[in-house]
Amino acid sequence: MIGRLVVASLAGHRARTLLAVAGVAVSAALLLDMVMLSSGMRESFRSLLTSRGFDLRVAPKGTLPFDTEATIADATATIAALRESPDVVAVAPVLGGTIHLPQRGGAAISSVALGVDPATQGDYVLLTGHEPADGEIVANDALLAASRHHVGDTLTIAGGYDPQLRRFDSSRRVRISGRVRFVYLARDQRAAAMPLAAMQALGGPARRDRVSLMMIRARAGADAEGVRQWIARRLPKVTAISTATAIAQVEERLSYFRQLAFILGSVSLVVGVLLVGTLVTVSVNERIGEFAVLRAIGIARRTITAQIMIEGAVLMLAGALLGLALGLVTARYLNAILASFPGLPQSIDFFLFQPRAAWTALGLLAIAGITAGAWPAWRGASLPIARVLREEAA
Amino acid sequence: MSEPVLRLENVERSYHMGSEEVRAVRGVSLTIDAGDYVAIVGPSGCGKSTLLNLLGAIDRPDRGHVYLDGRDVGALGDGEATALRLRRIGFVFQRFHLLAALSARENIELPLSEAGVGRAERAARARELLAYVGLAARERHRPPQLSGGEQQRVAIARALANRPALILADEPTGELDARTGAEIAALFKRLNDDGATLVVVTHDEDLATAARRTIHMRDGLVVADERRAPIGVVAEQAIPTGGR
Repeated sequence: MIGRLVVASLAGHRARTLLAVAGVAVSAALLLDMVMLSSGMRESFRSLLTSRGFDLRVAPKGTLPFDTEATIADATATIAALRESPDVVAVAPVLGGTIHLPQRGGAAISSVALGVDPATQGDYVLLTGHEPADGEIVANDALLAASRHHVGDTLTIAGGYDPQLRRFDSSRRVRISGRVRFVYLARDQRAAAMPLAAMQALGGPARRDRVSLMMIRARAGADAEGVRQWIARRLPKVTAISTATAIAQVEERLSYFRQLAFILGSVSLVVGVLLVGTLVTVSVNERIGEFAVLRAIGIARRTITAQIMIEGAVLMLAGALLGLALGLVTARYLNAILASFPGLPQSIDFFLFQPRAAWTALGLLAIAGITAGAWPAWRGASLPIARVLREEAA
Repeated sequence: MSEPVLRLENVERSYHMGSEEVRAVRGVSLTIDAGDYVAIVGPSGCGKSTLLNLLGAIDRPDRGHVYLDGRDVGALGDGEATALRLRRIGFVFQRFHLLAALSARENIELPLSEAGVGRAERAARARELLAYVGLAARERHRPPQLSGGEQQRVAIARALANRPALILADEPTGELDARTGAEIAALFKRLNDDGATLVVVTHDEDLATAARRTIHMRDGLVVADERRAPIGVVAEQAIPTGGR
């Protein structure tokens, strides 16, 4: 019967109920978006860093991977030394740089280029074609589109370009062996990859036997921190950072987002509580006489309390369910805007939907709804029956 | 002699209206036996409704005692008083006070549901009571779809739902025209003839004269207690009991 009373009460004030649900839905959508934002980037980075199965990254001493243009010298010896560790399964060296594709009239298209070991690389996913052999490169869609080339085409690339003299250095002819998607680069960033030796050769003597970083895959069950310490002892000229540490550093850098999300999420929750609390209070005030009559005919306080609190919870939950849908739509839209910021890896999401986030938002809203109805419920159930009836009759 | 349904001993009750203290009931003592039909009459503000609230355990005396079925109502906790009102007292209000969003049958089912009666049983009992008050065809109608007299009949059926020992009515014809008021008065008479114990606060002379006993109040005091007819003997309970 309580359910019938709740439905009757809410349906009896249809416009108010719909406005309340709409208001809560907006609040819930914002809350969900903030919960998604607070965990989205962190989870997205975690997923990005762990997706290729590497446990450590080795960079020049005192730097973070690709934070500077510094490189590691004696790469061959360093790789060999790393492979001596019984816990190291694979080493994927990477040399970053820029290549130029000469165009008609002396102009050039510039592109990020990575020198990799195609057998162990973790920087790209091959979409079509095959891994690059000597004299071959793989390219992403942005570069293929800009240069109007296709897989199988042969083209000229240069390691250096003087725009004033329009002169290219270290030119060579290469064939495009495959189309790839780079994991850590932005979608619209032109990029290519080739065997490490070819990239080193393009860079001239300054890049001979050098790499920008090395990604290390540890043996299953090995302690990444133990491997890191081993590298620190064995190779003092490099800095090793575990993926877990990298994730922690990313999280630290993203604390601003989390704080922002926390504050906005809290505000939306408070707005939801105030909205439902106000509406339930108004509803109780309008029905003081009705509650007095119910109490007079023997309806228990707990029944009336339950009815009012359920009304608040129903408003909140209906709004929350609508808000979840609204939140997902707005998150998708906002994500598309934020993801278009230049330089962000294409697989990074600002708003990541996780069932846990939805449950968290729903749980918070349910608690908020019950809390919002608590005071009006107590008030409605505790009124002085005789006095209210006397005033109603007056 | 058996215990009366109601017994009041020197009951007093005051309340504040603004800064003014109103001594609504001043030392009232009376007893009401099972099967009686009592009308409480008097001018407005003489304490009739306050007395009715005290009889119905929705208010507590400042001094004195109200005994219902031998239990001191003033000594009951809120939960006990609520349970007492639910199971032993039926209320009929001047303005009917039905829930507008519920149908006639659902309004009657409300106290049955609160008393823990199962869905099928309470529906059956509500239908029986609607038939008893002459509204069998109106069970799905909501209060706004019913006339004032019909609403009051539903309210009376709701008051009978849990087979109370006592029915209290506060100006039950106050919102009705003369003809409809007479119909309600006739229904009360039938209820009493069928065994219900009634206490009715009223200004309606027809309703008052239908009662077996009339208590006159003035300034919070009982100034006259007039019995016109003895309490009848009910050969057979005619008010629907729902098989209980």
